Amino acid sequence: MLAAFFDSIPAMIIATGALVGIAASLVGTFLVLRGSSLLSDAISHSIVLGIVVVWMLTGAQSGPVQLVGAALTGLLTVFLTELLAATGRVKNDAAIGLVFPVLFSIGVLLLNVYARDVHIDQHTVLLGEIGFVWLDTVSLGGYEVPQSLLSMGAMAALNLVFVTLLFKELKLATFDRALAAALGFMPGLLFYALLALTSATAVAAFDAVGAILFIAFVIVPPSAAYLITDRLWLMLLFASLIAVLSSFAGYGAAVLLDVSIGGMMATMTGLFLVLAFLFGPRYGLIAQGLRRRRAALAQAV
Amino acid sequence: MLMSPSSRRRRQGYAAAARPAAARLHEPRLAAHVEDLTVSYHDKPVLFDIDLNVPPGVMCAIVGPNGAGKSTLIKAILGLVKPTSGHITLHGLPYRQVRARVGYVPQRSTVDWDFPTTVHDVVTMGLYGQIGWFKRPGRREREKASEALKMVGMQDFARRQISQLSGGQQQRVFLARALVQEADVYFLDEPMAGVDATTERAIVKILGALRDAGKTVIVVHHDLQTVRSYFDWLVLLNVRVIAQGPVDDIYTADNLRATYGGQIALLEHGDFTRPAPAPGPGPAPGPGFDAQKEDAGPPQAAEAR
Ligand SMILES: Nc1ncnc2c1ncn2[C@@H]1O[C@H](COP(=O)(O)OP(=O)(O)OP(=O)(O)O)[C@@H](O)[C@H]1O
Ligand SMILES: [Mg+2]
Repeated sequence: MLAAFFDSIPAMIIATGALVGIAASLVGTFLVLRGSSLLSDAISHSIVLGIVVVWMLTGAQSGPVQLVGAALTGLLTVFLTELLAATGRVKNDAAIGLVFPVLFSIGVLLLNVYARDVHIDQHTVLLGEIGFVWLDTVSLGGYEVPQSLLSMGAMAALNLVFVTLLFKELKLATFDRALAAALGFMPGLLFYALLALTSATAVAAFDAVGAILFIAFVIVPPSAAYLITDRLWLMLLFASLIAVLSSFAGYGAAVLLDVSIGGMMATMTGLFLVLAFLFGPRYGLIAQGLRRRRAALAQAV
Repeated sequence: MLMSPSSRRRRQGYAAAARPAAARLHEPRLAAHVEDLTVSYHDKPVLFDIDLNVPPGVMCAIVGPNGAGKSTLIKAILGLVKPTSGHITLHGLPYRQVRARVGYVPQRSTVDWDFPTTVHDVVTMGLYGQIGWFKRPGRREREKASEALKMVGMQDFARRQISQLSGGQQQRVFLARALVQEADVYFLDEPMAGVDATTERAIVKILGALRDAGKTVIVVHHDLQTVRSYFDWLVLLNVRVIAQGPVDDIYTADNLRATYGGQIALLEHGDFTRPAPAPGPGPAPGPGFDAQKEDAGPPQAAEAR
């Protein structure tokens, strides 16, 4: 039964997509609420530098060293951004826009100079191809398990532990940074931890799905979930659910239309966002329209 | 709706129990003591050479024009911004050691009211410090939050999402969040901004009750007309401390002019320095007030620049 699961290519692809989706949505929810979802874009570009540097130092193309390297590069991005913003000469989002292209281009430059003949190339880094996750497997307890499934499973579990354990702290730090700091909950440190996890998730996701789908999973499912609930824990849950559903539906649609699986998964997250926007029980257009009409009727009566 | 005598007694009990032994070793003469405080943003000082003494058991207004540094002063006292220089103690101890005894209400505009959370949940946040890292609020905490919501008359809104509240209701929720902290010193940043007269009276009454229970209440306030009827201690701030002391000594035309500079035009023909029309919930000093007043020294009028 389990063997059949691991042998099934569609199951592997969908499961990997779902795990990337869950891992990304969990951190994404807090980034979206904090208004820093652009950072996931910045991070997923600048960690190219981290990937290349770690490869040059250790020769590792993936695995735990790469995750740590990515986390550090992600933090460097944010640190430089905040340093730049703290001078008061540029706004925060402009600072992001200044920092990550620099780091990214250094990364690409190094890649071109030193790593031309190695497996890492810009195309895989940016786009990845979830359709090939089953090619790269490791044996585990007698099963051939795709490498990406393992690393994404680990990241999803890590992120889940993080947001569960620190749910209350993350909530307060995101909602009211000043009170969080006053109560001693170190919101700055929490935020850096969140970004370190985002970076590690990004690097783990690159092999499997590429940066574009990763960014879509960070931003879109939480944004859709935001429209259908006003409880934070439900937002986390719905975001993860939407990511999982997008993974299923994206695979199905891609096979049907014979197009890129990753691209279709990203499209599906967008579709769910539109659905939430239209049909959300409280903030959806239709619900709001109905409420307005009812109010108008009540006034007319 | 407002604090009942029994709940007031209970609050005093909590405060006494919560007071750490260390506070008694160091003289806790002043609720808030600030020395030589300078704070700069990007090399531009927004607070300069601040000396501040607030005795315990007063209701103190911090008043000054926009950009005077009122919010920054509170943030510096609570360690939220790093001062360039200065020394700050609350009840004789650095803030980090008295965190549990301090309640804080930030300016309402500093949080995102579209955040997916409920009124009751926001009030519970005031207890996170007592709950500590990793643990979740339990039944006791939820009940405390409900009690505080009742005190501010918001119990019927407990399950609402916070954006579906009026500005005044949001302010009440913030006040309830500070009440659950059961602190000895409260800092409130413009708690009466954008609220109607009824809400303002309710807020003042609650703050007055805290003061009467021996707490120190420090409020950033922007309405000069009501300063004298609401408060018994006054700090006039404009980058520097212009004057501080009992409100009746400090609230003078000269001091106000020094604080507001040219912007005071509207005050010139006003009746702002006449005796307050009605005592209101006003400045009846709390127990031990006179004794403590000595500690803060005579009212200090800073050298006019
Ligand atoms: N994060 C910041 N970065 C840069 N400058 C700041 C920052 N926060 C405040 N300032 C500046 O510091 C000065 C004091 O600000 P502060 O918010 O303390 O004033 P305030 O007295 O509370 O004003 P208001 O009545 O408008 O609330 C202002 O000139 C403001 O522009
Ligand atoms: Mg302010």
